[in-house]
Amino acid sequence: MKAPVSWIRELVDLPADVTTDDLTARLTALGLKLEAVERAGAGITGPLVVGRVLTMEPEPQKNGKTINWCTVDVGDANGTGEPQGIVCGAHNFAPGDLVVTVLPGGVLPGDFRISARKTYGHVSAGMICSSSELGLGEEHDGIIVLPADAGEPGDDVFDLLGLREEVIEFEINPDRAYALSLRGIAREAALAYDLPYVDPAERDVPPADDHGHPVVVDDAAGCPLFVARTVNGFDATAPTPDWMVRRLQQAGMRSISLGVDVTNYVMLELGQPLHAYDGDTLDGAIRVRRAEPGERITTLDDTDRELSPEDLLITDATGPIGIAGVMGGARTEMSASTTHVVVESAHFDATSVFRSGKRHRISSEAGKRNERGVDPRLPEVAADRAVELLTALGGGRADTGVTVVGQAPAPAVVHARADLPARVTGMPISAETTVAHLRAVGCTVEVDGEVLTVTAPTWRPDVTDPFDLVEEVARIVGYDEVPSVLPTEAAGRGLTREQRLRRRVGRVLAGAGCVEAISFPFVGEATFDALGLPAEDPLRRTVRLANPISSEEPAYTTTLLPGLLRAAARNRGRGAAGVALFETGTVAFPVDGGPAPIYGVEQRPSDAELQALLDAIPRQPQHLSVVLAGERERAGWWGEGRDAGWADALAVLRRVATELGIGLEVAAATRMPWHPGRCAEVAVGDGDDRVVVGHAGELHPRVCKAFDLPARSAAVEVDLDALLRHAVDVVPGPVVSGFPLAKEDVALVVAESVTAADVEAALVAGAGELLESIRLFDVYRSEQLGEGRKSLAFALRLRAPDRTLTDDEIVAARQSAVDAAVELTGAVQRV
Amino acid sequence: MSGPNTDFDPVEVTPLKSEEVEAARDAAVAAIEAATDLEQLKAARLEHAGDRSALALANREIGALPPQARKEAGKRIGQARGAVNQALARRQQVLEAEHEERMLVEETVDVTLPTDRLPVGARHPVTTGSELIADIFVAMGWEIAEGPVLEAEWLNFDALNLGPDHPARTMQDTFWADPADHGVVLRTHTSPVQARSMLTRTPPIYIACPGRVFRTDEYDATHSPVFHQVEGLAIDEGITMAHLKGTLDHLVSSLFGAGISTRFRPSYFPFTEPSAEMDMVCFVCRGTGLATGDDGAADAASCRTCRGEGWIELGGCGVVNPRVLTACGIDAERYTGFAFGFGIDRMLMFRHGIEDLRALFEGDVRFTTAFGSEI
Ligand SMILES: [Zn+2]
Repeated sequence: MKAPVSWIRELVDLPADVTTDDLTARLTALGLKLEAVERAGAGITGPLVVGRVLTMEPEPQKNGKTINWCTVDVGDANGTGEPQGIVCGAHNFAPGDLVVTVLPGGVLPGDFRISARKTYGHVSAGMICSSSELGLGEEHDGIIVLPADAGEPGDDVFDLLGLREEVIEFEINPDRAYALSLRGIAREAALAYDLPYVDPAERDVPPADDHGHPVVVDDAAGCPLFVARTVNGFDATAPTPDWMVRRLQQAGMRSISLGVDVTNYVMLELGQPLHAYDGDTLDGAIRVRRAEPGERITTLDDTDRELSPEDLLITDATGPIGIAGVMGGARTEMSASTTHVVVESAHFDATSVFRSGKRHRISSEAGKRNERGVDPRLPEVAADRAVELLTALGGGRADTGVTVVGQAPAPAVVHARADLPARVTGMPISAETTVAHLRAVGCTVEVDGEVLTVTAPTWRPDVTDPFDLVEEVARIVGYDEVPSVLPTEAAGRGLTREQRLRRRVGRVLAGAGCVEAISFPFVGEATFDALGLPAEDPLRRTVRLANPISSEEPAYTTTLLPGLLRAAARNRGRGAAGVALFETGTVAFPVDGGPAPIYGVEQRPSDAELQALLDAIPRQPQHLSVVLAGERERAGWWGEGRDAGWADALAVLRRVATELGIGLEVAAATRMPWHPGRCAEVAVGDGDDRVVVGHAGELHPRVCKAFDLPARSAAVEVDLDALLRHAVDVVPGPVVSGFPLAKEDVALVVAESVTAADVEAALVAGAGELLESIRLFDVYRSEQLGEGRKSLAFALRLRAPDRTLTDDEIVAARQSAVDAAVELTGAVQRV
Repeated sequence: MSGPNTDFDPVEVTPLKSEEVEAARDAAVAAIEAATDLEQLKAARLEHAGDRSALALANREIGALPPQARKEAGKRIGQARGAVNQALARRQQVLEAEHEERMLVEETVDVTLPTDRLPVGARHPVTTGSELIADIFVAMGWEIAEGPVLEAEWLNFDALNLGPDHPARTMQDTFWADPADHGVVLRTHTSPVQARSMLTRTPPIYIACPGRVFRTDEYDATHSPVFHQVEGLAIDEGITMAHLKGTLDHLVSSLFGAGISTRFRPSYFPFTEPSAEMDMVCFVCRGTGLATGDDGAADAASCRTCRGEGWIELGGCGVVNPRVLTACGIDAERYTGFAFGFGIDRMLMFRHGIEDLRALFEGDVRFTTAFGSEI
């Protein structure tokens, strides 16, 4: 809402020394948020004066244009009193006209510095100005021609053109719809300076009678009050006075014609949207009703619209002539030949207006006000004000007929304890202050002991609850007065187990040289195709969005890999030789079941209802993904670098598992998007508790290619929630033996199909409790071993907690380990 | 080779003569002193202090002397051997020191060589920023609550007093799970986490909810359809706006330094009444609105961080609307509460001078590694 300061001052008697900055600061403190202050004359420096054109000589130019060589009387403004020679390209004036002249030394908007300069064979000492050159809009072609009585040559024109005018633009919150009018803003200004306020809506209106334009309201809920007034003998071609044009412009509206301008002006002044019909185009009574199926209307914006039975309409005998409160129809629009004006001024149900506006995607000044709630007392007042202006400015006379159908809904009555504002705000607000401030904002307050009975002012349909009263009182006391007090009763138990574990996971991954990324979680079929997922892959069963950003990626993701793979490629594309990224985030899987119910809000849903709600939303585990692409260790003076591979993916995952105290069970698996021979399925837990948490390994070459990543890029994706569930909560303190260590190396030849994990498990089982640790340190293949065989070398560390092991014990443990491997894996000991 | 003289032959043995002993001692000391490295010293030790050295041999002869002569000879040879051993030890120390010094010189490396063999990791500033905020609340005794991003429409809107006709519920603002009438949205704020807490816990409730949220915004330097928010909720007996102010003052001074406080401007949010916008004192110009030069002196230009306002808009807050308490099953007669929320991404942008929001979502490691693993 844009409000010219001069208009505010017309409605409230602000002291002359109040600056616009002070005004906006105080209004902000009351809840009218400042958006901007426009200063019309910003960027203009004088001399900018009235000039009288003495002579003008048209001079055709070679370029086809004709310029006028003018002499202009600027009084004493040029210091000499001599006429000023000025070249002007416009033609919309004549000798004798008063024009706006900027003299050398002046500056126009855009830092356009005026000086005497040679042009078209003359020395042009200044400029005759147009509206656009002064930053006043682009209404007309040509220069500004002032009215003959505007002033004398040499007079300063700043005030004449409103160039010192300031316009405040407010961002009006939904609960302050009354401030979408000068009436409302001026009321707040009076409140801000504790000044008396004369409400422009306090106006005697003629009583209703039965010979105004006939109106029938079929839907009183949608239209509780409808007022119609008529002006006859109106001259639709009469010009809108400059002051009104300027105010409309300042408020951000265009001047259209006197009839329309008056309705808009009254709307800006009072806040009541009006509509003016060409009375001769109305066929019979105006009827307010819901639309019938299939009805259509062409609205003022020349758009043909199909109406919904939920739309509230203004109609006549021929059909719809307006969508109530939103926009009028084209057929009954006023024209230059209109002489018979019917003014509609009605109160509509805000929700109905909001829904129609949304349905038809119409955002109109009328709709904006009607859907937020207009003062229901205004229709009669605003109609009368419009009739006054129409007759005063456009001739004609007010018809004596006054149609009033229905009545204004009564404002809410709220009961509240007088100490509520103090109790809620923590400010020491007395009952007297509460009552005084509520009355200051327009409430009627009855005091009955501690209880207040408060009737909201008619312009405050938002005030319905006791806490609404608190805000009204608090904003006048001032939010700056709220003391700063820390609550002392909080007694939390710190971060949850999962929150602490997730932090540990992040830190371990960063320590492992991985950089965390955040990706948009949206995917489409093309993404799954790039991952090589088979058609029946469960990851393709997604939660789809009804209104995605991109129709290419219409679903919430089921895997974090695509985002990371793209980010990795982006890094590589920007010159990174190697990149290691990780992300922890939500993935979503649809659940079978119906829609999530919408309950009322008058009470808490039952536990069963709540459960039904929770059951209807998708399953959303947290995943952890890692992508390693290109150089993992850098080349340098120390030697060769090393690219990431399948083992790096598992190494990173194992570091996470180690941090969490989890043993990982790793097995070969075939699953896209991984390389079928280089993919590990990772499980945690034992028995019934055992769960596959995800996969790690090298990506399939086709996937690397699809995402523009180097061959052998590796990736991990695990269900982080499942992993964290298995994290050790309380680590049992290990017993660390100080007795001597026995190191035993064993080399075992096995078939290629036997995994290191199989052999290790056998050795561990065989070695028994003396085995402190075991580590595979070499894998060896040779012709001597034969095709399809390999040698695995393990270092066994044997130690007892309570004694030095004897040679016999060591030999026995080693032999037992080897025997187990032989028996379980078909290994042959290599000597 | 002669063994020890055991027959007490009274013949005077040449090596035991004092001049011979002294000569052997002097020769030994000279050889030791002449050794220029540890190898030569080792050879000198073998020759002059070994089992076959003159003094060692002489020592063996002592037993053959008549008892009355033994003492003197023993003393003489013992002194000589002591002098040789001392010279050896002295020289050993000198040569070892020389050797060590030489080795250290030879082992000199160029310490300016790069050492960046292993990659450097980092955590995302949104993660660490959220943790920083969470830690401030945990230190106040609050808890950190979380919830799903695909959320029930009722929890995201209705329970928070955003009725069916609230403008935020349109397709223009909110991502809806398909089909749109099935009541599931991508949460537009973390407030449904507050609703969940109120629905499942009994007061006192003190929770902060950082998390990812979604709105159908354009993606540009200052907007993103995916962004991050933290909201706070306190429900207890006797909670007032003053507690809200105290909590926010504590938060911003913890995040931006002592003396940084907040101010409230009246505003409107459906889930709070009264509602306020909260601003914080600009932590760069400390409220003056002026740019500060390198010398710390204020110059005429405006502060870039707050655009000369002296204040930075942080977010929205207010007293929890009793309608919300009622919908979530909390006795609105007994309890009051406050709530607030602000954008983490935006906070990071002005705290760290990040010009383009999209830097947070590109995954460029050059950006993220700058923040390390704590913020
Ligand atoms: Zn600043």
